Amino acid sequence: MLLKPKIIWIDGVGCNGCSHSFFNLTYIDTLLNKIELLYHPLLDTDEFKIQKSDILIIEGALKDNFQKFNKNLIEIVEDLFSLTTKIIALGSCASFGGIFGEGILFNKENLGRFYNYKDKIINLPGCPIHPEWLGYVLEMIITKKPIVLDEENRPKEIYSFVSHSGCVRNEYFDWKVDSEDFGTKEGCLFYNQGCQGPFTHSSCNKILWNEVSSKPRAGLPCFGCTERNFPKINLFQTDTMMGIPTKIPLGVNKRAYLTLAGIAKSLKNERLEKRLFEYEKTNNKN
Amino acid sequence: MKESKKEVIMKTALTLFAKKGFYVTTIADIAKEMGMSVGNMYNYFASKEALAKELLLYTSRKFGDEIRKINEQTITSKEKIEKIIELYFTMAVNEPELVDYFMRVYLSNKEIFNNGCEGMLCVSAFVTEIMIFFEEGVRKKELKNQDFFVAFGLFMGYIGGIVFLNNDGVLPKPLSEYSKDVSENIYNALKA
Repeated sequence: MLLKPKIIWIDGVGCNGCSHSFFNLTYIDTLLNKIELLYHPLLDTDEFKIQKSDILIIEGALKDNFQKFNKNLIEIVEDLFSLTTKIIALGSCASFGGIFGEGILFNKENLGRFYNYKDKIINLPGCPIHPEWLGYVLEMIITKKPIVLDEENRPKEIYSFVSHSGCVRNEYFDWKVDSEDFGTKEGCLFYNQGCQGPFTHSSCNKILWNEVSSKPRAGLPCFGCTERNFPKINLFQTDTMMGIPTKIPLGVNKRAYLTLAGIAKSLKNERLEKRLFEYEKTNNKN
Repeated sequence: MKESKKEVIMKTALTLFAKKGFYVTTIADIAKEMGMSVGNMYNYFASKEALAKELLLYTSRKFGDEIRKINEQTITSKEKIEKIIELYFTMAVNEPELVDYFMRVYLSNKEIFNNGCEGMLCVSAFVTEIMIFFEEGVRKKELKNQDFFVAFGLFMGYIGGIVFLNNDGVLPKPLSEYSKDVSENIYNALKA
């Protein structure tokens, strides 16, 4: 039998939200049986010590002069980096700085202080990460399968999608029908409510949370938490310039998007113009 | 071949509409002016309504293409305003039937365009370019961020109104002489 990969999971500056999210992974017991967890801040493991590992998971941001185990966090990270094969930057804080500080490989606008370790690092941004995302990456490493990464070192299997993919409100997006209020089943959240789904890389609407739902499905805009600039200010507001969304869906030029949007809005889908329960087929003029 | 003939028919129709009015002009009148049979005319346009719709698409695209050329220049928003107004006023003088069609036929007879030209459907080529012009102006911090239609109404309503006055012979000076002052007023209303 193969040796189980040794994993050290440490937390930098953060909230442990990614740990808590991971604990909801439906097959966590099976997965934990396949690894040897040397240290985790919340689980019952041995005390922390600097030692060799196969996978190092860092949750939370970096920060100068942040004390951890009576030592400077940056020094601990540096020591652990040289003693491991793979590094997983877990969550938006570790990946890009996120809420709390500095990222490992990247900051919001520049390269991170450990950019030299690019080849070892896998970024898993998300606030928090989806449990399945870490589950996928660990399974791939354990079974020695290659993980294809994008230009920000995120696994393409997860982050080549946008959170818009699979959103149940896509029909409203297509026909440019905005949601007037939060919590309604109807309406798209992109035009007024700040939804960043069409340009946020994630599989939130493809692999659902708790196998049940996602923010937009439940009526809350996507906050763009897997992107480098997260969090933007005014998360519940769409940034516009002269009424035109500042950021448009990925892969389309502005002129084409505006043309299509104008035409879709002009054509009007009557079914979507009112509450779904109020629509009756006899209303359809055809 | 068929397309260019179509374009000649449209230009002829525009001239007749401007001269005689949209409702009075018939397909037969246009055919006569073109030296074509009425039957042949219907090979190009199934009805006067279909012709009206295509004319709207044609004028919108023509105006949109010209604004796009301005949008693609690396100049300030103030200069773009001047160029768009100069373009519109020049068109109003050199191709009055185009502007006339837009204002007197399209804007005043919406019932003709209810079937297939609602909202942005037939004018999107032109409106999209104005959107891009506004959005880029705000992005460059040269124009104030405001509601699109508030700005659009101010822009198009104003220059349309001046051309209307000119066409009615009310303006004491040639249209081109108003270009500078109108541009400045619009810029002052839109600037950041």
